[in-house]
Amino acid sequence: MSVGVTVSGAAGPERDVLEADVLVIGGGPAGAWAAWSAARHGAQVVLVEKGYLGSSGATAPGGTNLLYVPPDPVLREAAVADRLAAGGQLNEVRWIHRVLDGVYESLALVEEWGYPFVRDAEGVPLRNHLQGPEYMRLMRRVVRRAGVRILDQCPALELLADAHGVGGARGLNRLTGRDWEVRASAVVLATGGCAFLSKGLGCNVLTGDGLLMGAEVGAELSGMEFSRAYGTSAEYGTVTRNRLLNFATLYAADGTVLPRRSRDAIARALLRGPVYAVLDRADTPDKRALLRRSHAVFFLPYDRAGIDPFRQRFPITLRFEGTVRGVGGLRLVGDDCRTTVPGLYAAGDAASRERSHGAITGGGAYNAAWAICSGRWAGAGAALYARTVGAVRDRRLKPVGRAGLRPENGAGRIDEAAVVEAVRRQTVPLQISYFRSEPVLRKALSQVDSLWPAVHGTPGRGIRERVRAREAAAMVATARWMHTASLTRRESRGMHILAEYPHQDPAQAHRLVLSGLDHITIRPEPVPQGGAA
Amino acid sequence: MIELISADRCISCGLCVKVCPTNVFDGAVGEVPRIARQSDCQTCYMCEAYCPVDALYVAPYADKSVPVDEATLQATGLLGSWRATLGWGAGRTRLAAVDTTPFLDELEREIERSA
Ligand SMILES: Cc1cc2nc3c(=O)[nH]c(=O)nc-3n(C[C@H](O)[C@H](O)[C@H](O)COP(=O)(O)OP(=O)(O)OC[C@H]3O[C@@H](n4cnc5c(N)ncnc54)[C@H](O)[C@@H]3O)c2cc1C
Ligand code: SF4
Ligand code: SF4
Repeated sequence: MSVGVTVSGAAGPERDVLEADVLVIGGGPAGAWAAWSAARHGAQVVLVEKGYLGSSGATAPGGTNLLYVPPDPVLREAAVADRLAAGGQLNEVRWIHRVLDGVYESLALVEEWGYPFVRDAEGVPLRNHLQGPEYMRLMRRVVRRAGVRILDQCPALELLADAHGVGGARGLNRLTGRDWEVRASAVVLATGGCAFLSKGLGCNVLTGDGLLMGAEVGAELSGMEFSRAYGTSAEYGTVTRNRLLNFATLYAADGTVLPRRSRDAIARALLRGPVYAVLDRADTPDKRALLRRSHAVFFLPYDRAGIDPFRQRFPITLRFEGTVRGVGGLRLVGDDCRTTVPGLYAAGDAASRERSHGAITGGGAYNAAWAICSGRWAGAGAALYARTVGAVRDRRLKPVGRAGLRPENGAGRIDEAAVVEAVRRQTVPLQISYFRSEPVLRKALSQVDSLWPAVHGTPGRGIRERVRAREAAAMVATARWMHTASLTRRESRGMHILAEYPHQDPAQAHRLVLSGLDHITIRPEPVPQGGAA
Repeated sequence: MIELISADRCISCGLCVKVCPTNVFDGAVGEVPRIARQSDCQTCYMCEAYCPVDALYVAPYADKSVPVDEATLQATGLLGSWRATLGWGAGRTRLAAVDTTPFLDELEREIERSA
């Protein structure tokens, strides 16, 4: 295993230095699977996590429904056809098959490792749902057993790079206040998506850090217009698991019953006033008991506020999820989830999921499957790459982070709280990111563009200030990419709906690839092998 | 958000300090942690799940702090209720082992049919 060295001196503040073959940044499902997979392919692996591998990220506090289709050709073909139809022709048949295969096989492993899947009357395990706390506690154990060194409470702040590509990262240990550096031949970014601190379940650690770090070394992004995701929660609460609302009757403020399964109807009603729900379709004790033992976390906000959600109407709201239950992220250019930058891989919500999902997240089961599969592929790819480039020791690696980290042109102290508030104002409202329209988006884009210089000052010295300044920079960058891509796609496709262009335009059946920070460029990219069936 | 660390119950294991995704607590192993950055709490209930002695309570409100009373929380069964639901702790059945999510579709179809 890597040795810890402490360096101090002219180069900067004292920091703890580790060496590894592969560094995984982020410890949600994608990072956990990537670390396990890299270790299994013989790499020495360090995983750094902003919070804690086991509790952190979008999966851990709640859980995920999963795509679980047995390898029966008829079922598989039907699943692929469904996905192609939903994906707006931006996905690829081969990648959909890869995900269906990969998740099926991986869930059998999860059971072998000790996850107690329920079985049906015939004894067949039902592997289409994972309770988040149980799953991620198990993954921590599996990752440790594979020999991975886990550094909790250690957010990465920037990548290290040289002329050969990426070679590790630097960050901060929030418990000790010390800086760390991990030098590694390959890096997997598994930092999740960006939900703009909207307090959706588990999402406040997801501020787009990996997208910014990747873009700083020249990686591209794709699918950033598919970022129109909102999750329903109690108006006062955070639990954004949506599925049990299928058992509810929904009411607008004036008492009108809203159609079920329509996020549009909820969003429109919320513009006019409060929206209420009651789970009255579960009208027997048996049904209610069944619901309680499914998405159990759903009930915490009601039980704790003294509301009986089966009988009393409770107010609900929509919380912005940005790219989390969206599609966009770092552009992948190989089966092993490599980016265009040598040594840099991306997995899970930090990666663009267009190759399998197309233009929409869809029925809420693809992302978790993707996190597992892309994690495994990226981990294996990174391990093989590390072997080909050899030791990282003699490389002249430099830290390459800028916004939120290093002052430019003598700028003053970054007011991270003000930037966060300002960027949230230009992203979170339904009027901007749900009901997309050109004039509103244009104005929001110019506002977030004008925030970019504001994150080029000096961060505060405290641990919290340093992390927050970098998160603020990442959110500003992410907002600029999202709004730029949303304005460039002058049509409606998948989850991107633009008021002025309500229809899908066959001439725009391409992806939109973004790059750059100070100056953002965007170009169309044909879908490799045609999505249309 | 997080409202309670019960000094009476806490065994100073330091787990919540390490586990909280948004770094809300301060305190070394061997001391009762402090809620140092309450407004950073994302109301994810994970600290409660991990606390081995049910010393923590997370109120359901994302944006406001409310007063809570330990004795009442204990009397109403709310203290430690999330860990109990998850089936974590000796002698309990894990929620995952009795998860009914795979039967939700069937239940929905049944409700549609009878509607
Ligand atoms: C409420 C909710 C319900 C969902 N339900 C479903 C579902 O039913 N089915 C489904 O398929 N999908 C679902 N999803 C989506 C699914 O949870 C995600 O796709 C999945 O968690 C992605 O895994 P990940 O590892 O990429 O990201 P995450 O699980 O979000 O993990 C990312 C990790 O990176 C860490 N990190 C971030 N920045 C840094 C940094 N700078 N340094 C170090 N670490 C960092 C974070 O702390 C976090 O732990 C749901 C999402 C939400 C929010
Ligand atoms: S509820 Fe979540 S964010 Fe809040 S203190 Fe507990 S672990 Fe931390
Ligand atoms: S996890 Fe519980 S027992 Fe351990 S330090 Fe935190 S409050 Fe105390």
